[in-house]
Amino acid sequence: MSERVLAEQISQELLLAYYKKVLELRLFELKVQELYRNGRLPGFVHLYVGEEAVAVGVCSNLQTADLVFSTHRGHGHALAKGVPAGVVLAELWGKATGSSGGRGGSMHMYAPEYGFMGTNGIVGAPIPLATGAALSAKVRKHSQVVVCFFGDGAVNSGSFHEAVNLGSVWDLPVVYVCENNLYATEMAFVRATKNTSVASRAAAYGMLGVEVDGQDVVAVHEVAQAAIQRARGDGGPTLIECKTYRYVGHHEGDPGTDYRTREEVQQWKKQDPVKLARQRLLDSGMDENKLQTADQQVEQLIDDAVEFAEKSPEPSAASVTEHVF
Amino acid sequence: MSEQGRVITYADAGVEALREEMRRDDSIVYIGQGIGPRGGNFRQTRGLWKEFGDERLRDTGICELGATGAAIGAAMAGTRTVIDEVFLDFALEAITQIVQQAANISYMSNGKIKAPVVIRGAMGAVRNAGAHHSHTFYNWFANTPGLKVALPATPYDLKGLFKTALRDPGPVALIEHKSLYNTKSVVPEEDYLIPFGDARIVREGKDLTIVAMSRMVDLAAKAATVLAQEGISAEVIDPRTIVPLDRTKITNSIRKTGRLVVIDESPSYCSFAGELLAIAVEDCFDELQATPRRICSLPVPNPFSPVLENQMIPSVDRIVREVHEVMKQVRRVS
Repeated sequence: MSERVLAEQISQELLLAYYKKVLELRLFELKVQELYRNGRLPGFVHLYVGEEAVAVGVCSNLQTADLVFSTHRGHGHALAKGVPAGVVLAELWGKATGSSGGRGGSMHMYAPEYGFMGTNGIVGAPIPLATGAALSAKVRKHSQVVVCFFGDGAVNSGSFHEAVNLGSVWDLPVVYVCENNLYATEMAFVRATKNTSVASRAAAYGMLGVEVDGQDVVAVHEVAQAAIQRARGDGGPTLIECKTYRYVGHHEGDPGTDYRTREEVQQWKKQDPVKLARQRLLDSGMDENKLQTADQQVEQLIDDAVEFAEKSPEPSAASVTEHVF
Repeated sequence: MSEQGRVITYADAGVEALREEMRRDDSIVYIGQGIGPRGGNFRQTRGLWKEFGDERLRDTGICELGATGAAIGAAMAGTRTVIDEVFLDFALEAITQIVQQAANISYMSNGKIKAPVVIRGAMGAVRNAGAHHSHTFYNWFANTPGLKVALPATPYDLKGLFKTALRDPGPVALIEHKSLYNTKSVVPEEDYLIPFGDARIVREGKDLTIVAMSRMVDLAAKAATVLAQEGISAEVIDPRTIVPLDRTKITNSIRKTGRLVVIDESPSYCSFAGELLAIAVEDCFDELQATPRRICSLPVPNPFSPVLENQMIPSVDRIVREVHEVMKQVRRVS
């Protein structure tokens, strides 16, 4: 077997793995949407539908010991970092088996055992936290890399400015990943700032900034790979801007149609990350049957997650005061 | 613990606590402004940079929000940190990180993630600094589940409480008082810890209980000396930590004396002083001989004028005067 054929096979294997993960994130969120709309889940959820290639493209470069800090739109980041779907869903259900035992919910789920340092209810807040975690890795002389996800809504906050500046001046092993989905809740990015290139802001902090098509899992993977390798090699942080889009409203309950046009949503759906990843596999010569098998495996995984979460016990009411300190 | 040792300042006692703990635990990283070569605005890190260098004493630009968040994130990832806000007032720039992230993280993560971070800041009035540099809002922290709050009143207590804070699994607000940095007391050279939730009986007495925190402890003790000359025996108690609180020692004293006066540099409305009055009523109602009383700063921003600021903050004279009023009161139980 020639080296070239081997490389293509590995590449197809990886492509299949990316595709399955992207699909898992998509089907997971659609299931959450369904459960939420049927009144099964308490609280509030912000869905990641349309942005899946970012989480998968970045996290496919990470090891378990690496740390991820996420946002209010963070289910996809948790899944991509390796937290089992059942554990994530159980948390959304407020169950004892959830990643926070039902004490956190969608915006406060933590799974340090998978290097997942939390979703977050406060926009911008994870950026200083991730910077500090990278400082910790550096002073412990650990090879950990820290990845911080945030949206375009975070980059006009003081948290972004102060933390990215510290990450740069201290040469920390952190990768700042902006998921620019063009809207902070309903606020269009073009109305929020004169400089709509997030990547260009890196220059203000003396660090490298890169822009990438956030709908293409392979493109994201490659850009993130370089940034993560640089961070691991003590080369300092990188700011990556992933151009992406959410198909759904800001949160479940927001139709997402008051501040953007249906045409714009349809336009973005043409560059759907699931379809793109699937097309790459077809282009690589994978046959449709094999893809259907993969689809069924992912569907089964989601069904199993629902069964696990649904059958899981509620936390004991008497435990309400545990773990405060 | 015997109190054998040398007489050193409050600032130096803090430095000594840090030096001992940073030698003992090489994971401790200290973050703040002017805390490196300069040795701290209040000399509160003097000499440490020479021993521990830039790696462990991290001077930052003026960015309390980013630096405090970084200290908390580092703590979540396994590095014990101190974030020195220098003036407690400046912690307001970072309050979201302290309250939303540090205080909540243990609970939100079901106990899986701890944030062993000491949030250090100096509160209170000193030399007429004016409204932006004189706040005493430690009661805000005490009202936040997940935060412990220590208020050292002496060099001895600062060393012991700081060392305990640096071994605590979670976030601790260690709030010093700016006007105490040059005060002195006997501090042992050796290692000692003061457990949280262990109040100090500053002076024993039988006629009334005075509870005071931080700089007000000294005023309470001076007032007690004046009162003693008049034949009034005041018991003075310093809780030392208000979260956790040594409720037992305080309520035992109130039951013994039947009277409670609280001295607090914060304004009285929604204050820790109010909390102590509530505790007195909840736990000691039958034994109370007089209405519990708060002697607090007046509810105004700290004025600049010395005349005005002296009027605002409790004084020994005011404490003595108000204690006289409390002592005149006799409760009739029908």
